[in-house]
Amino acid sequence: MSLVRLDGVEKRFGALQVLKGIDLKIESGQVVAIIGRSGSGKSTLLRCINGLETHDDGRITVDGRVVGEDAKALRDLRQSVGMMFQQFNLFPHLSAGRNVMLAPMVVKHTSEREAEGLARDCLAQVGLAEKFGAYPEQLSGGQQQRVAIARALAMQPKIILCDEITSALDPELVGEVLKVVKDLAERGMTLIMVTHEMGFAREVADLLVFMHQGRVHEAGPPAQLFDAPQTAELRQFLGAVL
Amino acid sequence: MAQFTFWDILRNLLLATQWTILLSLLAFIGGGAVGLLVCAARITRHRAVTWAARLYIELLQGTPLLMQLFLCFFGLSLLGLDVPPLVAAALALTLYTSAFLGEIWRGCVEAIPKGQWEASASLALSWPEQMRYVILPQALRIAVPPTVGFAVQVVKGTALASIIGFVELTKAGTMINNATFESFLVYGLVALLYFALCFPLSLLSRRLERRLNVARTA
Repeated sequence: MSLVRLDGVEKRFGALQVLKGIDLKIESGQVVAIIGRSGSGKSTLLRCINGLETHDDGRITVDGRVVGEDAKALRDLRQSVGMMFQQFNLFPHLSAGRNVMLAPMVVKHTSEREAEGLARDCLAQVGLAEKFGAYPEQLSGGQQQRVAIARALAMQPKIILCDEITSALDPELVGEVLKVVKDLAERGMTLIMVTHEMGFAREVADLLVFMHQGRVHEAGPPAQLFDAPQTAELRQFLGAVL
Repeated sequence: MAQFTFWDILRNLLLATQWTILLSLLAFIGGGAVGLLVCAARITRHRAVTWAARLYIELLQGTPLLMQLFLCFFGLSLLGLDVPPLVAAALALTLYTSAFLGEIWRGCVEAIPKGQWEASASLALSWPEQMRYVILPQALRIAVPPTVGFAVQVVKGTALASIIGFVELTKAGTMINNATFESFLVYGLVALLYFALCFPLSLLSRRLERRLNVARTA
């Protein structure tokens, strides 16, 4: 059974239909890159998967659970789905270590000592072991995003959603974040990412999804889509970004 | 007629200042407590509660404090409740303060970026947990300066209680003036005493603002 499965997912913002029937199957351990123009619905699609946006029609199942509107069920689901954002969204009043410790302690009732050990492990995984006590404002954008990765990892998710996680970074900081994401991919984490980093998508992704006007316009192995785009829209898009 | 020396005047004003301080404290503590409820009512997702809180805020912000004092003082006695001026004044100032503090605090909660809600929701925190661990700690920081700033307004607002006969600083000044006819001296001292109460609050507000680094975290 697929880890994530979308069947005919539709989403409207008022009169604007953002998603017009999305079907997608994602297997455990797969790395999926979603590309497309801004406004094509790719971020909305990602946010529907962990219920940050509600969908109007169709069905989304994640790890056997149906994504609905019940708050308790959503919280259960989110324990196995981590998410990272373009703007990092670290908690500015907490140190890097405390950012990572918060959810395990509050949601999973992990003891403080255990949570601290876990946070140190997760920060070490993203190469920031020595930044445990640093506050977000004292960190560079790339470091903040890596703390956000550690924060997601501390909940031991099965899936991590990445919403344009390098778009707010200075170019020289993009590499350090992508390197950590690539490590995760190599260790078998299921990743679904909306990205503008075409080189990275090509190198790391197993499945490339091109979205256009609220639909999955083309999907397949990255090499196939990049080298032999089947539709005029994808050719045009690639022409504009490559 | 008895003669008032400068020290008599000052001593009597200082005695009355105690009542101004007491009334300010009552108004601020009462208003803070009710203000918390008002703030909570404004940010909950229950439509009817939010609507009722808005009506409460609009009524209290849209009418003069003086009218609220009159209504508390005369209105309650119409209902057969014989309330002393201190109680009526404390009640009116509590209502008035709660409407403003509730709205100030709501603004502080809503000033926290949406990303903080989304990140904490994605980590499977419930609404109360998001509030407790993520939103309120940040909102409290930005709430301190405007809250202390509003305390200054409350202190000055207590002057209106003189009109319903509560002998606080302003009323005492009026009474002493009526006996001595030294208007400039008496009201000058009254003004200085208010300033002595409010200025430290302003200083505190500014210091807290710097200490909490509001500009950086806002």
